[in-house]
This record gives sequence, structure tokens and C-alpha cells, in this order.
Amino acid sequence: MPSAPSDTPTGLLTISPTALSVAPDWFSTRSNAAWTEFQALPLPGLKDENWRYSNAKKIELSDHAPAQTPTAEQSKAALAATEGLKERAARFVFVNDTLVESDTNGLPAGVVCVSFEGALKTHADVLQQHFMKADQALGSSKFAALHLAHLKAGTVIIVPKDVVIEKPIEVFHWVVGDHAAIFPHTLVVTGDNAQVSVVDHYRSLEGEGGLSIAIADLVGGSGSKITYAACQELADDAQALHLSSITAGRDASVKSFQVQLGASFSRSESVSDLVGQGARSDMLSVSLPIGDQVVDQRTLQRHKAPHATSDLLYKNALYGQSRSIFSGLIIVDEGAHYTDAYQTCRNLLNSNEAEATSLPGLEINADQVKCSHGATSGPISDEELFYLKARGISDSESRKLIIEGFLAGVVERFGNSELLDSLVARIDEKLERAV
Amino acid sequence: MSLEIKSLHAQIPGREILKGLNLTINPGEVHAIMGPNGSGKSTLSKVLCGHEDYEVTSGEVLLDGENILDMAVDARSRAGLFLAFQYPHEIPGVSNANFLRAALKARLPKGEDIDAVKFYKQLYARMDQLEMDRSFTSRSVNEGFSGGEKKRNEILQLMMLEPKYAILDETDSGLDIDALKIVSRGVNAMRSENRGFLVITHYQRLLNYIQPDIVHVLKDGRIVKTGGKELSLELEERGYDWVVEEPLAAAA
Repeated sequence: MPSAPSDTPTGLLTISPTALSVAPDWFSTRSNAAWTEFQALPLPGLKDENWRYSNAKKIELSDHAPAQTPTAEQSKAALAATEGLKERAARFVFVNDTLVESDTNGLPAGVVCVSFEGALKTHADVLQQHFMKADQALGSSKFAALHLAHLKAGTVIIVPKDVVIEKPIEVFHWVVGDHAAIFPHTLVVTGDNAQVSVVDHYRSLEGEGGLSIAIADLVGGSGSKITYAACQELADDAQALHLSSITAGRDASVKSFQVQLGASFSRSESVSDLVGQGARSDMLSVSLPIGDQVVDQRTLQRHKAPHATSDLLYKNALYGQSRSIFSGLIIVDEGAHYTDAYQTCRNLLNSNEAEATSLPGLEINADQVKCSHGATSGPISDEELFYLKARGISDSESRKLIIEGFLAGVVERFGNSELLDSLVARIDEKLERAV
Repeated sequence: MSLEIKSLHAQIPGREILKGLNLTINPGEVHAIMGPNGSGKSTLSKVLCGHEDYEVTSGEVLLDGENILDMAVDARSRAGLFLAFQYPHEIPGVSNANFLRAALKARLPKGEDIDAVKFYKQLYARMDQLEMDRSFTSRSVNEGFSGGEKKRNEILQLMMLEPKYAILDETDSGLDIDALKIVSRGVNAMRSENRGFLVITHYQRLLNYIQPDIVHVLKDGRIVKTGGKELSLELEERGYDWVVEEPLAAAA
């Protein structure tokens, strides 16, 4: 058991958020209410169903404070470390929740792609309609309230009807400084038949701990397509929480991808609401915990309309004494007939001490439904390993190939080849450390 | 220079399968081992490669004078031994090309990499010989391959790795006549005075296409008869029951 927190609350538990200078009244009101809510809500306990096998105290609120405005050197260093995609429509770089670069030259006319602060000034109407409207169904109301209370940074992307953005929009969130906390926010709203692809990166500038409590809300209009990736590569002793909600309208298709490579504790909560007929949500994830990293994944596929599809594939390759917890639920509402909903979690255990827990669930209240859920955990097959070794490939290299292959299936389903290449390279880098 | 198997005994827990097997394969020779089901044919191939399910209780296997029984599976391959599997495994997500590159790279000094241009040139030439579509380079190793495609893929690996000694374990099983011809052509293209082959088969048919120099009959974990390629025809005609152990072969 972890030791009990000290009696005097400190850090994020007590530090009052500083208000955004440009905030309109409605936002200040919500922000203040969120701070009150955060203080009033208890930390999720060990008996909380959404935190089973995990522990909310792994997010050490008392140990972190809102990140300081970066120095010129830090901003420069972050920009230098931001390699990013060559083919992109826009790029935003934040350091400690401060915007240090935005490049939107590659965007088609009519697209809104602005920092959160900017959107408060220019697109309050859209924010009022969509900003943090989803319930926190998977156990992190307290953390979501903290996010809102401290929210300063992030991107708001609004793609009008019929506008197609071919290249991805890339957003980097860097955290620097010991015990620094950031609260990155992403809101994507697509009009009918619009298309957009957004990648959020969460990274540490230096090797020290930090905390990221991020929220990404994706709202897909009729017939629109959104692809979204959250790539978490924070420092080894950082902590990460990513709360995302997807709302897919009629015939909308949303593909989301969680990549968890960094942090000592990372938790993702991903909710897909299929609200329109023919909507589709592909929920993908890869993680590669090593050492004593813990990856905590909670998902919810809510079918609220008929003829919709959701397809979830999470893969974890575990090393050392690392742990993964996957808890996924599919709920098919009354009337959501002809639902296709699938959920697969596969864990590859590369050490006897690694531990993967899978908690799949189904709740079906409609007819003509095709649902499946499955979870597998196991070591690399001896026969696969023998086959590779029989070709002269060393044991460690053979394992690396098999794990790359295991994870590649998910990465490839995501699409974008340039992003894919860079992700595979980063997974390889981490594998080099792990094997 | 030879692959020498000396009085090899091997078992799975509780059951001895190889009971003193002797065999010497010289470079340039193609040996065939035939035998009834359960005689130990596949066990021999797995034991030579170092499969951990089998325990060698006594005997030696010398590859050009070096005892390989103490070597790890991958080291035996790098030393020049190759097994074309009877049931090749599927490796999801690992492309055939990457797999072969990794296998070739494993043979280079640490830190060196293979020349990609040369590699693909050679790979494509070999694939053409085996009438394999180029798409097989990017497909996952053996995943979704038909039986014949898997066997061709084994021979492709043989051609790329150019071992000193190659064991073909029932390479003909599951092949139709056209695939059998293609696979045999690939094997024959690799025959050379520097390379020895051990062709394990249940049926004589394969030996019409890959003509052996020497044919052995394996029965109950031992070679009980050795002859020329006419022996395989006789076995095809008469079955295995008539073969009785020749005192000389057993004592060899």
C-alpha cells in the first residue's frame, strides 16, 4: 500500500487557478465552478468500479503545481526538439501551457484552427455549444474539474461543412520543470462531410517528472471523418491522464488512437458516443510499458442510434514489472438495433513479473446486435520464437521483431504513413531499451 | 567438411525417439531419409536445429568438425544449418522482407547492415525463380499463405541464406504437382558441391524431382537401410514392412 498523504494538502490540491485574462464571463463562471467542484469531490477510492486494479493516488496532485511560464531558452529548446511531420496542414507548439509557435499556412480557407485562448475571443458560440459537454463516465470527474479550473492552453479546430483537410494538424504539448503540471485541451468539431486529422503529442523537455491532465473532445458532424492520435511520450517518472470523448453523428466516422510510451503512470479514458445512424468509431491503442510503468485504460462504447459500428483494438506489450489494466464496456441502448460493436484487448507478456488485467464488459438492450469482446494475455509463442531463431536471429532480436509485429497491426490500422513511420521508429527506440 | 551425426539419442520426456542414429552428409551430396510415420524423421530435423522440446541424451552432431549440440538455435543457423519447416509458423505483423533482412543482418558483424539495393535485387531474382508474386515481400511472414505458398517461402529463405547444410522436412506435404515442381526447381538450383542436403520425406514422389544421391530408411529411431535412389522406388512399391535392419548400418 502507498503511504498515506500528509495531513496538510499542498500542490494542486490547494493552489488556486489563475484566471485567463481574456476569459468571457460564461467561461470564468464555469472555471470557478469547476474549482469548487474539484475541491468538493473526493478522490476516487479503491472501491470505485472505474478505478479497480488502479489507484487515483498515482496521480500525485499534492506533488505538482501549475507549470511556470517557460523561459526563452526553454521555448527555444522545445522548438528545436519538435521534429514533427513534414506533411502537415498546421502545427501548434505549447510549452508549459504557453503557445510558443503556431503555423497554420497549410490550412484551407474557412477552417478555424486557433489556440484555446484565441477561440474564447472569436468562437465563444461554438465553445458554449461543445466545450466539455460530455459527462465523465469513467471515473475522473475530479480530474476533469481540475483541468477546467486550470485550463489555459490547447487547440480548437472547427472544420466547416464539406471542407477536407488532407494533411494532419499537429499539436505539441511540452512540459518542463520539476513537478510542473499542464492541462492541454483539444476540441475538434466537424461540419457535414468535413474531414480532418489531428495529432496531439505530450512530451517532457527534460528528463524530470511532470503531470499532464489532458482532455480531447471530438465532435463529428454528419458524414464527416475525424482521425485523432494522442501520443504520450512524457518522461519516465511523469504522470499522464488523457480523457477523451467522441461524439459521432449520422454516418460520421471517427478513428482515435492512443499511444502510451512514457510516464510512470498513464491513464486514458476514452468514451465513444454513437449518436447518429450509420456512425462509426474505431478506437485503437498501443502501449509498451517497461520497468514498473503502469498503463491504465478505460473505454466505453455507447451505441445510442441504430446501424452504428464501433470497433476497439487495444494492444499492450509488457516488460519488466510493468502492469496494464484494461477495462472496457459496450453499452447498446434500447432502440440501437443493428449495432456492430467489437472490443479486443491483447496483451503480450515479455516477463514473468509483468501483469495484465483485462475487464471486458457488455450491456445489450437492443435486437439484431452483433457484439463481441475478447481479451487475451500471454507470452510470445515458443514456436514463433523458434522459427525466427532457426533463421539465425538472436533471441532478443526475435522477440523485438515479434513485438513490433504485434503492435504494427494496430498502428497500420490507423493509416497516415508518415505518422506511422515516426511512431514505429519511436516504438523501436523504446523496444531497444526494453529488450 | 561434413555434417556428421554420431550415435544420436534423443527423447521427449518419457519416450526415446532417436536411438543411436548415424549419418554423414558431405558437401555436394543429397541424402534422402524415408520412413514410416513415427519413425523419428521430424524429430531428427528438430533435434538438429535445437528445438527445446527434445532432449539429446547422448551422441554428437558435428558441423564441419564443430559440435553444434551445445550451440543455441540461432547460432546453429548462423553456423550454416538450415531447416525448411514442415509446418512454417506465421509471424503476424512482421513482413517477409524485414524478416529476411533481420536473418541476413544477424550474419554480419555487429553494427553492420546489409545493402538494401543488393538485397532487394537478390530477393526479387529468387522470388522470380519460385514464381512468387512481389507482394510476398510486404506480407506478414506466412500469414494467410496457402500450404504451397508457405513451402515456397521456406525455399526462398533457403535461397537467401545460402546455408552449408539444408534439411527439408516433408517439404512435399500439402503441395500439388505444379507447386512441387516449382519448389524442387528452387532446391535444385541451390544444389552445389559446397552444400549438403537432407531431404526428409514420407513419399517417393518428391524424389522424382529432387534426385537423391543416397537414400536411407529410418525406422524406430535408427537408420536401418541405406542405398541408392532405386531404394526409394522399391520403398514406394513395397512399403516399409519388408525392411529389416542391416547389421552393418546399425553398427556404423
